Order: sequence, then C-alpha cells, then structure tokens
Amino acid sequence: MAPLNEFGVSQALELLHTGKVSSLELTQDCLSQIEKYEGELHAFITLTPEKALHSARIADEQLSGLRRERQPIPSLLGLPIAVKDVLCLQDVRCTCGSRILENFIAPYSGTGVQKLLDAGVVPLGKTNTDEFAMGSSTENSAYGPTHNPWDLTRVPGGSSGGSAAAVAAHLVPVALGTDTGGSVRQPASFCGVTGIKPTYGRVSRYGLIAYGSSLDSLGCLAHTAEDAEILFHLMAGYDEMDSTTIDRPVPDKVCVKGGDLKGLKIGIPSQYFIKGIQPSVENAVRLAITEMERLGAIISEVSLPHTEYALPVYYLIAPAEASANLARYDGVRFGLRLPSKDLLEMFTKSRGQGFGAEVKRRIMLGTYALSTGYYDAYYGQAQKVRTLIKRDFEEVFQSVDAIAAPVAPTTAFKLGEHRDNPLAMYLEDVFTLPANLAGVPAIAFPVGFDEIQLPIGIQLMAAPFREDILFRMAHVYQQSTDWHKRKPPILN
Amino acid sequence: MSLTPEEVDHIALLARLELTAAEKELYREQLSSILDHVALLQKLETSHIPPTSSVLPPHSRLREDEIKTGLSKDQALRNAPDENRGQFRVPPVLDR
Repeated sequence: MAPLNEFGVSQALELLHTGKVSSLELTQDCLSQIEKYEGELHAFITLTPEKALHSARIADEQLSGLRRERQPIPSLLGLPIAVKDVLCLQDVRCTCGSRILENFIAPYSGTGVQKLLDAGVVPLGKTNTDEFAMGSSTENSAYGPTHNPWDLTRVPGGSSGGSAAAVAAHLVPVALGTDTGGSVRQPASFCGVTGIKPTYGRVSRYGLIAYGSSLDSLGCLAHTAEDAEILFHLMAGYDEMDSTTIDRPVPDKVCVKGGDLKGLKIGIPSQYFIKGIQPSVENAVRLAITEMERLGAIISEVSLPHTEYALPVYYLIAPAEASANLARYDGVRFGLRLPSKDLLEMFTKSRGQGFGAEVKRRIMLGTYALSTGYYDAYYGQAQKVRTLIKRDFEEVFQSVDAIAAPVAPTTAFKLGEHRDNPLAMYLEDVFTLPANLAGVPAIAFPVGFDEIQLPIGIQLMAAPFREDILFRMAHVYQQSTDWHKRKPPILN
Repeated sequence: MSLTPEEVDHIALLARLELTAAEKELYREQLSSILDHVALLQKLETSHIPPTSSVLPPHSRLREDEIKTGLSKDQALRNAPDENRGQFRVPPVLDR
C-alpha cells in the first residue's frame, strides 16, 4: 500500500470507515510528511500536531464504537485536513498572514469549518496565505513565502498558496481555501491540484475573516473534483449567521455517478485567449477542451465583451471593501497595539506597523476610491461596470452550461519576480476576477504541463448555484486523463 | 494622473495609517500608476446602468428573535491588548 498521506479524500475515508487504517496512522503519516517537507515548502503558519493526534485518537474510538454497534459513521470521521489561516478554528491562533493578528486566538469556529468538524475532520494546522488574502503568490505573508513543490524557486500562487502546496506535496489530502479574486483557483493551477470557488452566497462566510465582503467565498483544494465535492457538499447551505447565504437546496453529489459529457454545452470566450498568454498554457487548455468534446460536450465560441474591465473594477471594489473591513484592526479589542500617547496615535502606529506593504497599499487605494469627491468617479463607476460584467455572464449562460478558459496567463512565476511592480502582480488575476465580480461558481483543475514541467490548469465557470455541472465536467475529464495524478519531483 | 504628497498625507490620515517618508513616496508613485490603469473605466458610458453592490437577488430572511448564548465576557476579552475590570482599556480620549 502507498504511504497513507498519498490517499485522496474518498480513498482515505473508505480505508478509515472499513477499519483498514486508523485515523491515528493516517494523521501520523501526514505529520511525518509535513516534518519531511515543511522546511522547504513553508506551507503552514501554525501546526497543531498534539491537538491533531488527540482528535485522531478520539476519532478512532468513535469509529470502532460505531462500527461495532453498526451505527452510521459521520462522513469525514478521522480525515486530516488543513485550514487556510484566514478561517477561524476555535482556540487556535488565526493570523491572516499578518503581524497585526500574530497573537489572535480564534474564540469560535466559522460555520464552514464547524460543519466539517461536526463531520469528524482532524485539523493539522493553519496554512500560509498572503496577508489578509491580498495577493497572488503567498509572498505577502508576514511569516515568509510558501514555495511551490514543483519548483522550490517559484511561488505556489496565492493567496491560498499554503493550502495548494500542502495538497500538492501530499502533506494532507485536502485543504480549505478562500477565493476573493482567484485565490483558490490560481494556486490550484500553479500547484497542479483541483480547487472549487463556490457561487457567492452558497457557503457561509461566518468566521472567514473579511477582505472583500461582496466577493469573498470559501472553497477547498484537493487532488480530484470528487474529493473537492465531498467537502463542498458539507459546507454549502443557508446559515443564519451569514445573511448573504441563500436558502437553496444543495444538489446531490454528481461525482459518484461517473458518466460522460453528452449534451453539455461549453462556451469558449475569445477575450480569455489574448496576446501575452503563455503559448503552452493556451495549448494545454485548448487540448483539454478538445478532450471534453471527445467526451460528448458541444463546443462553441461565446463573448464576454466587458472582460478587459474586470481588472480595474476589481482593483477598486476589493480595496474599497478592504479599507472598510480592515478598519476593525484598531488595537482596541484584539490584535497588535503599540504604546502611544493618545487614541489617534494608537490607531495610526498600530496599523502602520502591524500591516504589511500590500495591505497598506490596498487600504490606501480603497480609502481614496471611497473618499469625498472621488466616490462617484471611482467606486460608483466600478459598481456600474460590475453590472455590465455580470450581465455578460447572464447572457452567455442563456446558451451554454459552462465557460472554459485558462486560470492564469502563465504557469508559476519565480519568487520575487513581481516584487516591485504591484500592477504586474494584479495582472496574474485577469482571468479569475470576473467570476468573483459576477458571483458565479468556478473550478480549476490540472490539464497539462509546460516545457519546464510546471502544472497548467483550466478553469470552468457555470451559472450561479450550478456547481454540480462543474464537478461533473471535471470528474469526467479526470476519469479519462491522469494529469491530476502526477507528483512533484521533490517527492520522488 | 499623479497624486500629490498632500493627497497621500490626507488618504493616510483618513485610513489611520502612520507611514514613513519612503512609504509615502512609494505609494504616491504606485497609486498614481494604478489609478492610470483604472481610468480605463471612464471610457464606458454608464449613466443608465444601475450599480451592483451585491450579486445576490434581493432577499431578506429574518429569524425568530430568540435569546441565544454568545461569547462569554472572558472569551470576548481573551484577545484584549489591555483590560481592566472586565472592560477594554484604551489611552485617554479626552483631556482631563
């Protein structure tokens, strides 16, 4: 049998629930893989091995008791997971990759995390992230960058780069991530794993420390669509703690049924195949679309004419929302407080020294866009153009079931490559931002490798609440290909 | 467009951020170049387009007004930088 940490979610659950392996064995194998590779990867900000081993032992007692009494077993009982460090997990520190929350202990677990805890997961730790999820490389973490397991000199993508690297390097079978402008999909693509960004309103944001509240979503990164769907399915649904969740039934899981893509219509937007995209990326994405056609899908050209405006719209709306959300870090009730003579100085010093460069840049930008005299020209105009972007999607989903596009214009770039040019870094998000602005679900999964063996991902987007289409398409594709089974060379 | 140093000072004060001179100059340049990029939006005629502040369809769902337990005082104070007799303590707001 392969080392236990190499099993995906569904295989691991099968072994756990039939008693072939224990949660303790599985957890120990994950922890020893972490011990082996964490020094090179730095995927975690906080590790909680003692808590994990304790939870695993409790899970094993429950498993044997339930099996003996032939009682139903909670669906994820004994499964190790990792949690992005912007999600509150009770009694564990939650830093958001920031010095300002270096000593913040989460007083409660967020709804998504709690639902998984109720299903029996064993959290191993909190994964690295760009500070407050602002970034596309995980280099903006105050705790140092994560390295890409496929090439340690390169970034894992971001902001859920720690989760992507942890799954890619088999440190853990599955990890939670958040996606405000591509922060699940782009690292999934850079690290060769599968990542789901649900519809806005599908999964509760309670306990997800806010960045851009009209854009934030909670998803996960796994080896397969089937595995990602298992966690999505548990986390989805109305939550009275988040008034932006929608009370709609969550469809049954589709990945168990296998099948084909017969009759599914896939639209290819010309605006996502632009000059400047890395040729090997375009090539792999087009080959994957051809494979989906062979599996029964019907391919057509579509147009999303306002795509080029997504970047400027996002980089006004997200910083504007961030500047408001991050006003809470004032040193009064939690977080860093620096000694000061009066209240104003306490605010400005604690925030000036507690936040990193990118967070301050976005707060400044957002504050400017919301300030008197500029509100209409910047924030107001961005909200109107957001309407046009959303309408583009509504129009296209009248005629197709899904849209296929690259996740990012390039494969993983070098650490430090965009250090001095924030705008170049923002351009990495050009294909992922529109889904957040329109609120539609999207999935990213591996479809090939470039000339230097770096993973390439494809992105599929569907109409709101049609995650089932995305899981079905990715699952069918993964049953006929093996890109998602490749392992980073450092593991050999 | 190019922001002036005075504008940067003003934004930093609104945002309650103490910045070094080097940071102010860096952000002055970088925000100016980002604002140049977002000026692309000004090209679009949007006078008849409603703004989107949320992608959700209009909905409101109210719950029953029931008393439930929240965080205890000790839990709420656990992360307090400074506390006194069960309250958050801050530097003086008013001169004595």
